[in-house]
Amino acid sequence: MSEIVKFTIDGKECQGKKGQLIVDAAADNGVYIPVLCHMRDLIPAGSCRICTTKVNGRYMAACTTPVDEGTVVENDTPELLDIRKAIVEMLFVEGNHFCPSCEKSGNCDLQALGYKYQMMAPRFPYAFERRELEASTPKIFLEKNRCIFCKRCVRVIKDDQGRSVFAFKGRGKTLQINIDKKLAANLSDEMAKKAMDICPVGAILRKEVGFVEPIGTKKYDHKPIGSDLKNIYQ
Amino acid sequence: MKDRILNIVENFEKDPGRMMDILLEVQSEFGCVSHEAVSIIASALNVSEVDVTQTRSFYHFFTCQPVGKYAVYVNNSVVSCMKGMSEVVDEFEKVTGIKFGSKTQDGLISLHYTACIGMSDQEPAALINSVVFTELNREKVRKLVADMRAGKAVQEMFTELGDGINAHPLVKSMVKNNIRKAGPVTLGEYTVGKGLMKALGMDSKAVITEVKDSNLRGRGGAGFPTGMKWDFCSRESGDHYVLCNADEGEPGTFKDRVLLTERAHMLFEGMAIAGYAIGAKEGILYLRNEYAYLKAYMESVLTELRNKNILGKNIHGKGFDFDIRVQYGAGAYVCGEESALIESAEGKRGEPRNRPPFPVQKGYKNKPTIINNVETFCSAVKIIENGSAWYKAIGTPESAGTKLLSISGDCKLPGVYEIVWGMSIKEMLDMVGAENVQAVQVAGPSGICLPPSQFDRKIALEDLPTGGSMIVIGKNRDLLKDVVLNFMEFFADESCGSCVTCRSFNMILKNSIEKIVEGHGIKKNIDEMMAWSEILRKTTRCGLGQTSSNPITTTIKNFKELYDMRVKDVEYQSEFDMSKAVKDSCEVVGRPAIIHE
Repeated sequence: MSEIVKFTIDGKECQGKKGQLIVDAAADNGVYIPVLCHMRDLIPAGSCRICTTKVNGRYMAACTTPVDEGTVVENDTPELLDIRKAIVEMLFVEGNHFCPSCEKSGNCDLQALGYKYQMMAPRFPYAFERRELEASTPKIFLEKNRCIFCKRCVRVIKDDQGRSVFAFKGRGKTLQINIDKKLAANLSDEMAKKAMDICPVGAILRKEVGFVEPIGTKKYDHKPIGSDLKNIYQ
Repeated sequence: MKDRILNIVENFEKDPGRMMDILLEVQSEFGCVSHEAVSIIASALNVSEVDVTQTRSFYHFFTCQPVGKYAVYVNNSVVSCMKGMSEVVDEFEKVTGIKFGSKTQDGLISLHYTACIGMSDQEPAALINSVVFTELNREKVRKLVADMRAGKAVQEMFTELGDGINAHPLVKSMVKNNIRKAGPVTLGEYTVGKGLMKALGMDSKAVITEVKDSNLRGRGGAGFPTGMKWDFCSRESGDHYVLCNADEGEPGTFKDRVLLTERAHMLFEGMAIAGYAIGAKEGILYLRNEYAYLKAYMESVLTELRNKNILGKNIHGKGFDFDIRVQYGAGAYVCGEESALIESAEGKRGEPRNRPPFPVQKGYKNKPTIINNVETFCSAVKIIENGSAWYKAIGTPESAGTKLLSISGDCKLPGVYEIVWGMSIKEMLDMVGAENVQAVQVAGPSGICLPPSQFDRKIALEDLPTGGSMIVIGKNRDLLKDVVLNFMEFFADESCGSCVTCRSFNMILKNSIEKIVEGHGIKKNIDEMMAWSEILRKTTRCGLGQTSSNPITTTIKNFKELYDMRVKDVEYQSEFDMSKAVKDSCEVVGRPAIIHE
């Protein structure tokens, strides 16, 4: 199964396992491809599109495309960087993100990518979407204003019978993240912490333990996102 | 209520994979899938409530609040608007005293909009409790509302029946086939069972080879070589499935509706041939809910075919087992995308899957699956019957065979035409009696808007590919407002929302075109729309996002003057119109507006 294949990213010779996702294989070779929805060893969502690369000349999400012998990946090109910046801008105009008041500031992947791509004013008009804060479950605040629909919580947080605690609701412009109140009532502290940790933004926050991490000690306070490739997707 | 819902869940063997059927039955019986119902279904299936809600909330025929005893769904797609939808809507609102999106206080009537219901040749059309009403006008609306108030059964609200099978006692519909031109393949002569009989006498590999040799390519619009798809799928191990895509959601398409009505036997036979070829025992017809009026007839055809041993066990004594069930959708355009269709058939949200793996490797229930369009299966029957050489001789070298076109809009003879590939747009327009044509929308909103200067182009996979939708747009139409804006509203509504770019860009592009239509656009907006459309095309997972900007990009390319006329050559233009705002507020308080421009 673990046949070794050679491939290139922006001309750099890399090695990976056949069938391994490009985004993971790149990280193993010291190449950073930005992600928001991807987590290693999880079924790929392929929804944030920030990892869009050119694979053998075609635009593909690096988190859903496997490497093969001779695969040619383009990653760090002006065109792709602009696409990624556009996606970050888009997420900022789509939701309501106020970094200064957000507990995840400094630990937020979206904010960190905003800095990385030097986003100033988004090129797109703000949507000013009216979204709710769901605070009726005992362990978690679900701040829907900040959700970027990465599906990490949907894919990871399950109860002991494997039932989903989080799921989408609606579609297209009415899409929102939804929490199961019955199952969330029995969520363990450990699961609540995990949910908050895997959320790439500040949409899932724990109750009663706010702002424990001081400013200056957070993930992206000293180094930009993409510096630590080993721990990049938890 | 609880017992009844548990009963429904029980009928589907408590299988979460049959969630669509469960929700459809609950919706039809209680007029909604309420929070309480969601809770009962969730505990019976041992899934979380949000899991049920995620499917429930994806499809627009499922509602959380009860719809009226008569739920009226008026089609608001382009052709319906062209043919006078606004009058129909106005009359409905006037006589019922309610607005669209609401329900009368007594709960009798609710009014809703819905996307194209596949009746573009007989618009304006509406669904009332799944029964189709076509060619509506003010007078008909008044009569319908009076009938509803009198408590008439929906089936009894019309007297004239459509042609062909539409008049069949199990269909009893006023829908017309409007078959204007029958060709040699799908609408030609057909004897039930002949193709399958011949296939069963062949080796399954030879069946695939025959289809491959015919150069048949997918008739849903994508044009993937059918034989190659069957070949890939047949090479995979394990159970195989045959799925038929009868979601026909592309606005302006209705040719599959006619095949489903007049060629149901042929379709099922085609699915059986495919099943034999790839080694499948089970087939699923994924039928859009808008065509649920055919339900009883479909079931009767399946029963008839089982009785004739064209379906069932040991077919024609050849040791081949194959049967088909019908899976209904519940209103979602994106389910016409093959992997979204699979998700939906598995009872989930219709979100397209990531590829790889492809459906031929891991499709329905993660097993090797082929999905083909209705017309593709029907074509396959004739290919097997008459041979690949016969088929290949029809059409152009690159596009073999015939194609069904659904032609609607500003023409004298809207309807279904089986044409030989290679016909020019000009020939097509002459055929349908279209004059003073401003544009032809080829292949629906996701296709291209073609100007008269290109009417000599050919309808063929190598030039103008189409799944069948052809909308003729007359010179009297406001192309940007009546067509492009309508299409963009459609895509913004129908995006599944999973990809960031598709979810957001379709809204942003819709707002941009709206701004231009309303006269607030500036030159820069045109370049922005082009640039943003390109990003959208490059960064989405499925065909919806890859093509949804086409209404804008193809009209900017082909009808640039229409944009230039509307935009101002300034750096900044406020979207806020002071004069209009003053006028509106004066109207509210009943004071004459004094505006100094």
